[in-house]
Amino acid sequence: GMDVKRICFTSLSLQKCLCGNGAAQPMQSCRRYTSAGDSGSVAGKIVAASLLTVGGGVGGTILYAKWDPKFRAAVEKGVPYSDQLFEMTIGPPPPPPVIPLPKKPVGLCICLLIKNVHGCKSEGDQFVQWSHAHVGVSTAEECKECEHEAHAHVVKERPEEVVSARLAAQDRAEHDLLSSLSAKLDDTLGSSAKLTLQAIGAQEAALSAIANHTSKLKEAMDAEGPSDKTSAQWRSLEDALNERSRAADEAGAALLKAKEELEKLRKVINAAKDSKIDAARPQILAAEENLHSMVVDLDRAVGKVQTAQMEAKIVSQYSELVNEAKAQFQKELDSITPEIQANWKGLTGKLSPDDLNSLIAHAHRRIDQLNRELAEQRVREQIHIEAALDQQRLENQKTLDKAVGTAISHSREQMRLEQEKKIEDVREVMEAEMRTQLRRQAAAHTDHLRDVLKVQEQELRAEAQEVLSSKLMEQETNYRRVTQDQLDAFTLDMNAAYARLKGIEEAIDSHVVAEEEARKAHQLWLSVEALTYSLKTAVADSPTEPLETAAKAVRESCADNEFAVALASALPEESLSRGIYSEASLRARFYQIRGLVRRVAMINETRNSLYQYFLSYLQSVLLFEPEQLAPPTKLKPEDLDTFKLLSYATYSIERGDLELAAKFINQLTGEPRRVAQDWLKEARLTLETRQVVNLLSAYANAVGLGTTQAP
Amino acid sequence: MAEEHGRKWDRCLADSARTGFGVGVVFSRVSFHTRIASLCRPNVARCVGSGMGLGMGYSNCQHDFRSPYLLHGHMVKVDQFSW
Repeated sequence: GMDVKRICFTSLSLQKCLCGNGAAQPMQSCRRYTSAGDSGSVAGKIVAASLLTVGGGVGGTILYAKWDPKFRAAVEKGVPYSDQLFEMTIGPPPPPPVIPLPKKPVGLCICLLIKNVHGCKSEGDQFVQWSHAHVGVSTAEECKECEHEAHAHVVKERPEEVVSARLAAQDRAEHDLLSSLSAKLDDTLGSSAKLTLQAIGAQEAALSAIANHTSKLKEAMDAEGPSDKTSAQWRSLEDALNERSRAADEAGAALLKAKEELEKLRKVINAAKDSKIDAARPQILAAEENLHSMVVDLDRAVGKVQTAQMEAKIVSQYSELVNEAKAQFQKELDSITPEIQANWKGLTGKLSPDDLNSLIAHAHRRIDQLNRELAEQRVREQIHIEAALDQQRLENQKTLDKAVGTAISHSREQMRLEQEKKIEDVREVMEAEMRTQLRRQAAAHTDHLRDVLKVQEQELRAEAQEVLSSKLMEQETNYRRVTQDQLDAFTLDMNAAYARLKGIEEAIDSHVVAEEEARKAHQLWLSVEALTYSLKTAVADSPTEPLETAAKAVRESCADNEFAVALASALPEESLSRGIYSEASLRARFYQIRGLVRRVAMINETRNSLYQYFLSYLQSVLLFEPEQLAPPTKLKPEDLDTFKLLSYATYSIERGDLELAAKFINQLTGEPRRVAQDWLKEARLTLETRQVVNLLSAYANAVGLGTTQAP
Repeated sequence: MAEEHGRKWDRCLADSARTGFGVGVVFSRVSFHTRIASLCRPNVARCVGSGMGLGMGYSNCQHDFRSPYLLHGHMVKVDQFSW
């Protein structure tokens, strides 16, 4: 709290802090403010310390990230925007480390792959070491195959571009090296060839010189010609000797140089071999062959020279011996004939016979000596010969050894060269075969890949299809279930609604029916009322209007009611068509009928003459009976008198009982009956109609009562 | 039926009178021209005739009254072209 206040006081938003924290004690806060000087320094110290800590942490992080990329990656992953900070301060992140590719000769991968088929030689051991490593080859495709073939979990697979770049670089380096090597080889070859040729030339020159010298020597020795010629010969011999020595020296020098050059060439060849570039191999082989041939030629030439030298030596030895002999002879001659000139060959005709004799004697002595020597020599011949043979044998042996050695070395070299050539050929064949095999393998691999991919594709497709179908089925079942649920719910709702609707409809129908019934009843009642009313329309002495319409209305209004229909159809036809008379008119008519009936009271079927008519008329005039007589409850046979009946009927009709009157009138017999038939019919009609109408009305009322609802 | 009765009487009387007078007249005329009438005066003839006529009429009436259900029909000529 105190620290916060102090910090607040030292910051710019002092007022707020003052207000916020020191609201209760403004004076004290002022006091505190005035004495906040030294606390400010402490606050400043705290601030500085915190800033320092933060800065130190950040700087340390940056430095460590610069040193350790993993840490940098971790920080970049964890803290956002730290990668930008790092990039700003210590530059972009280092590229991911790649496993360094060793410098490989071209046939490495091939050798690797055909390791099992043809054991690569010493190089194969080297290759085994790299069997799991990522190897570089001359051609990109082969290396790609190697990439595919190599186990990726041992070595991380590098991207193609890097590999191809690396391969290209390697190719270029190899090419450069090869070119340099070949250039060097060519140079050295050229120089060595030149020198060798020179040497050989020199040797041959030496040879020729030696031969020349030898021949000259031989000539000189054999020739015994004139002294100037011999001196010329000797001079030429000397020249030849000089020539020979010079040539020999030259040859020796040239040989040395050639040998040096050849050594150099050999070194270069070895170096080229050490560089182990296959493309240089034929060149190397060719160089080696050349070298070998040069060496051989040189050796041959040297041998020739040596033989020539040996011959020359022999010849020179011989010549020396001859010269020695000659010198000795000369000495002897000199000793014998000291006055003779040194060069006895120049002696021609200067000799005296004594000299000649002494000479001959000397010659004879010499010949004896020589003979003796010869004999001795012959004696010692064998030994000498043996010794010479031994010597010769030794020398021969030496030379033989040397020659054998050289021949062996030559042949060895030759064999080596042949072997190398064979190796080279075999290697080429192998390489070609390797390439075909690789190609085949590549093709097989692609086929296999294709097959595998196809199979995989099918599998995946089947799997996906299965998953899809299962998902689809699931979805479908889901959907079906949902729709079914929906449908069920809907059906339920629909059923409920339908039921309600049905209920409502039924209620309405029943209402309607009830109302219909009511209406019909009302209608019936109305029609019946109309009918009843139409009954009243009878004006005096004319019948009512025909009840047809009213009856039809009644029939229509009660079409479904059997009772009413029966009743309506029970109406008599006459009433329908013609209408009925009212009671009053019937009453009035009755009185007319009454008079008439009285007049014909006596007439019946038996008495029906005119006289009887007259008598009956007379009777009616003369008979007086009460007009109205109350009818008894039971009729007796004597009551069936016409006049009585008429009285009863009058009484009934006066009381409005038409029915009873009709009944009474019905009891009339004979002519009165006939006369009253009309009226009776009418009365009957009226009565019937009235009865029906009354029934209908009662029924309508009843129905109406049943259907009317209390409001 | 009452009117019928009355009508019957009317017819009866009319018939009687007609037939009587007719017969009487006819008789008288006939008798006037024949010899039998010499013994009868025209009035007698007439009386006889009318008597006969009346008697005929009477019996007709009686017959008519006795057979009450025998209807008298009228012949109505139908004009063919008035349809």
